[in-house]
Amino acid sequence: MNAFLEIGLIHYIVLSSLLFTIGTLGIFINRKNVITLLLSIELMLLSVNINFVAFSAYLGNLTGQVFTMFVLTVAAAEAAIGLAILVVYFRNRGTIAVEDIHMMRG
Amino acid sequence: MTLAAILFYLFSITAVIAGTMVISLKNPVHSVLSLIVAFFSVAWLFIMLGAEFISMLLIIVYAGAVAVLFLFVIMMMDINFAELRQGFAKYLPVGVIVAGLFFLELFVMLKLSNIKGGMLPLSCAPPSTATSNTMELGKILYTDYFYAFEIAGLVLLVAMIGAIVLTLRHKEGVRRQNIGRQVSRTVEDSITIVKVESGKGI
Repeated sequence: MNAFLEIGLIHYIVLSSLLFTIGTLGIFINRKNVITLLLSIELMLLSVNINFVAFSAYLGNLTGQVFTMFVLTVAAAEAAIGLAILVVYFRNRGTIAVEDIHMMRG
Repeated sequence: MTLAAILFYLFSITAVIAGTMVISLKNPVHSVLSLIVAFFSVAWLFIMLGAEFISMLLIIVYAGAVAVLFLFVIMMMDINFAELRQGFAKYLPVGVIVAGLFFLELFVMLKLSNIKGGMLPLSCAPPSTATSNTMELGKILYTDYFYAFEIAGLVLLVAMIGAIVLTLRHKEGVRRQNIGRQVSRTVEDSITIVKVESGKGI
């Protein structure tokens, strides 16, 4: 019972792996909706951030938090580019269904 | 039960429930709102870990910018969301199996690893409590990780230019200001003086 009450590194890692698993599941079950796919990726990046910050606090080293900032940067850039591609695709095709994206297939 | 444990379980359970709602709700607008809830609860967890700056960054950058960007895009596009949900039940068993195996693997690795779950103090602002978390972060971000910081800025610049280039559209027939043409106009090619005799028109 004590393991449940004393919040340690393990608890944060379990939370992070749970969120990562939920993100993976989201990619599997929302195969047609690009927006939900992007949201699942954001969820996975969030779980990575939890890992970084938990280890940073555990080790007493701020490097993990610095890398969390870089992950945030990449996530923001990815969201911007992904949504821009989505807007252009919607403009051309009138839909965002994933299985319609095969124009570049050789 | 200590306060830290209560808060941890409150916020982590909220985060997990909100994450499940992100992937399972029908309307993507609701999904984005649940994602914001997940971000807020994780931001609280970060505060408990002593990472105040990252926590505020998460709220401002994610909830304030990225999630609102998602909302804008979803609301601007007229999408039939019911159509996009086909196959949800078809992929659900496979997804659950793969995700369950994945989580099991992570859990087994965690059990086998020699990480001892030493108790984290409620606020363990590393490395000193005399200065703030933001100050310490700035001290190493602008010295040890300066090049990485610059490259991160470059990544954002490239993303910004890319998003603008992708979505910019020049419409034909829209009158725009052409400064070069305006400046290069001369009196000779813009006005002509016509002698008009009185009593006659041009």
